[in-house]
Amino acid sequence: MNSKTRTPLFHVSKRGLMPWYKTWAIRGLGLLLAVIACGLITTLVTGQNPLQVYAAIFNGSFGSPRKIWVLLQNIAMLLCVSLAVTPAFRMRCWNLGGEGQALIGGLAAAACMILLPGRLPNWAVIACMCVASLAAGALWAAIPAIFKAKWNTNETLFTLMMNYVATQLVAFYCVVWESPKGSGTIGVINSKTEIGWFPQIGSYKYLLNILIVAAVCILMYVYLNYSKHGYEIAVVGESERTARYVGIKVERVIVRTMLLSGALCGLAGLLLVGSTNHTLTTTIVDGRGFTAVMVSWLAKFNPIWMILTSFLLVFLGRGAGEIATKFGLNRSFGDILTGVILFFIIGSEFFINYQIHFRKSGEREGKGSV
Amino acid sequence: MFDFISFIPRAVVQGIPLLLGSTGETLTEKSGNLNLGIPGIMYVGGISGVIGSFFYEQSVETVQPFAAIAIPLACCILGSLLMGLLYCFLTVTLRANQNVTGLALTTFGVGFGNFFGGSLIKLSGSSLPSVILSATSNCFRRSLPAAEKLGAFGKLFLSYGFLAYVAVIIALVSAWVINRTRVGLHLRAVGENPNTADAAGINVSRYKYVATCTGAVIAGLGGLYYVMDYASGVWTNDAFGDRGWLAIALVIFTVWRPNVGVLASFLFGGLYIVHMYIPSGMNLAVKELYKMAPYVVTTIVLVLTSMRNKRENQPPASLGLPYFREER
Repeated sequence: MNSKTRTPLFHVSKRGLMPWYKTWAIRGLGLLLAVIACGLITTLVTGQNPLQVYAAIFNGSFGSPRKIWVLLQNIAMLLCVSLAVTPAFRMRCWNLGGEGQALIGGLAAAACMILLPGRLPNWAVIACMCVASLAAGALWAAIPAIFKAKWNTNETLFTLMMNYVATQLVAFYCVVWESPKGSGTIGVINSKTEIGWFPQIGSYKYLLNILIVAAVCILMYVYLNYSKHGYEIAVVGESERTARYVGIKVERVIVRTMLLSGALCGLAGLLLVGSTNHTLTTTIVDGRGFTAVMVSWLAKFNPIWMILTSFLLVFLGRGAGEIATKFGLNRSFGDILTGVILFFIIGSEFFINYQIHFRKSGEREGKGSV
Repeated sequence: MFDFISFIPRAVVQGIPLLLGSTGETLTEKSGNLNLGIPGIMYVGGISGVIGSFFYEQSVETVQPFAAIAIPLACCILGSLLMGLLYCFLTVTLRANQNVTGLALTTFGVGFGNFFGGSLIKLSGSSLPSVILSATSNCFRRSLPAAEKLGAFGKLFLSYGFLAYVAVIIALVSAWVINRTRVGLHLRAVGENPNTADAAGINVSRYKYVATCTGAVIAGLGGLYYVMDYASGVWTNDAFGDRGWLAIALVIFTVWRPNVGVLASFLFGGLYIVHMYIPSGMNLAVKELYKMAPYVVTTIVLVLTSMRNKRENQPPASLGLPYFREER
């Protein structure tokens, strides 16, 4: 028999709880490396001075008051979808359908804006839009949820498919309601009467959205951390068997949470159509349903931290767009940079959850290191 | 009358990228990795091949058929392999969340494809928003000379470029490997229950790495086939569209069986283009509803398999979960 024992070069073990400032220090370090890597890549591709590149990134978000408002608006929309998918994620139910749920909410809002004027006064149209959007989003999430609860259908794949069904449904109505005829797009709805347009607070076009999402963010934080529902979600997420044992009706929690998730996605669609764009296209949600997954996960499903992570992603996205226009690159360069940054941040999570023990030189079996 | 003789070959060429993508994803998922980066990987595979053949076509006067095929093929394999390695490093070695990593990979891959596609368009100085590589494409599209003489039979079975046949062979071989060999048995064990597999002495990480990287390369070939054969060597940004997601849908539709995937991918290819063949008169809107078909069908299959709850039709049990030996 071979009695030699070989100690591997290193082994990995799980880390205990870390104080929050340490975890954020690690994430910050990951982010720093990511930014350096992005600077290097951009310099290699464009031959520009990296400092100029960073200045351009910063300029993309904070260059002018208008840019700051657009930044805030984008953060609010991304945050809204992220907040929406978070309760489901806490339950370990991977709702990748934020895109479709928001889109269908937007479709419902647009339908009200197009079909109801002339029959109802403006305030009633807006009320109908709110109800219809939230209901549509909730319905879109409820379908996978019911199957998940009853037959344990894989919700990741189901919600993913629902996105494309929603996209095609919107494409269908874009042709049905097209104006002008033959353009295949809806154009600005009610541009003369402004029926169904959300009121503007003062001269700030985006302020209403931002305030609504901020309120949702706080409510979601309270809901998840201080309510009975939030507790049930956490238990189901940690262990379904434990949840059943303590008498939580798991099926009900799944459907209820997904309904909430979908309704909030519907809210995002409502805000996009009713308040921001006043039109509907198949790309109005702009991939936020997918980006939201990353926002939520990076913030460890904590609504308050999500403000920071969604800021980060929007900031980088807009910065990358600015680099693209400034240095004559195509806009997809932004996607590459976002991808690189995400890889670094995803990688840095490892060092938060695990630690590496290297083999000590000269260490032998039996000597025992403590 | 519905024109099957012209419809079926078009459905097949539509289906081949999906077949390659879904075979790759099936292999990956069998090892317990849910790689949502497949759409990105297919973009990278396509653009890598385009980059390779672009510079080859620029550097020589006349294109040698062998090099014209070998260079893009090698570039494509290298590009998609690197993507697969990146995914594995993050999810297997660093045990990151697979959904998040996959989505990031898709963002990156699609951006990568469109960025370098755009740069090549600028380099080639063409007035059209696309890169045209017809010489290379002709090598890829060359079919058997007998195809045209044999009438309908030739059109239905022999009119495709060599990659289409390679795709079918890869799918059949993968099915055989997964279900009939020891390696396949180990692979399935890793995907179903990595703890047990580890205890049985199977190197879980190695299986996950090899399966995912092989899967990524196969999926990348799907991107290459799309550009070189289906699109006749024309790269246009975003032209590949959502086919990557359709490939993932196909994995579910075939209940994780690449051999079923051969016919299913042709069916999906058909569903993808059926809106062009169904007479809808002036009503363009209805066409958009037909495009929904592949996704609706997939959803129905997903629901039915979960309702019937047959054990052999279920997703791999540990799909999407990272494996850490010390956590039991």
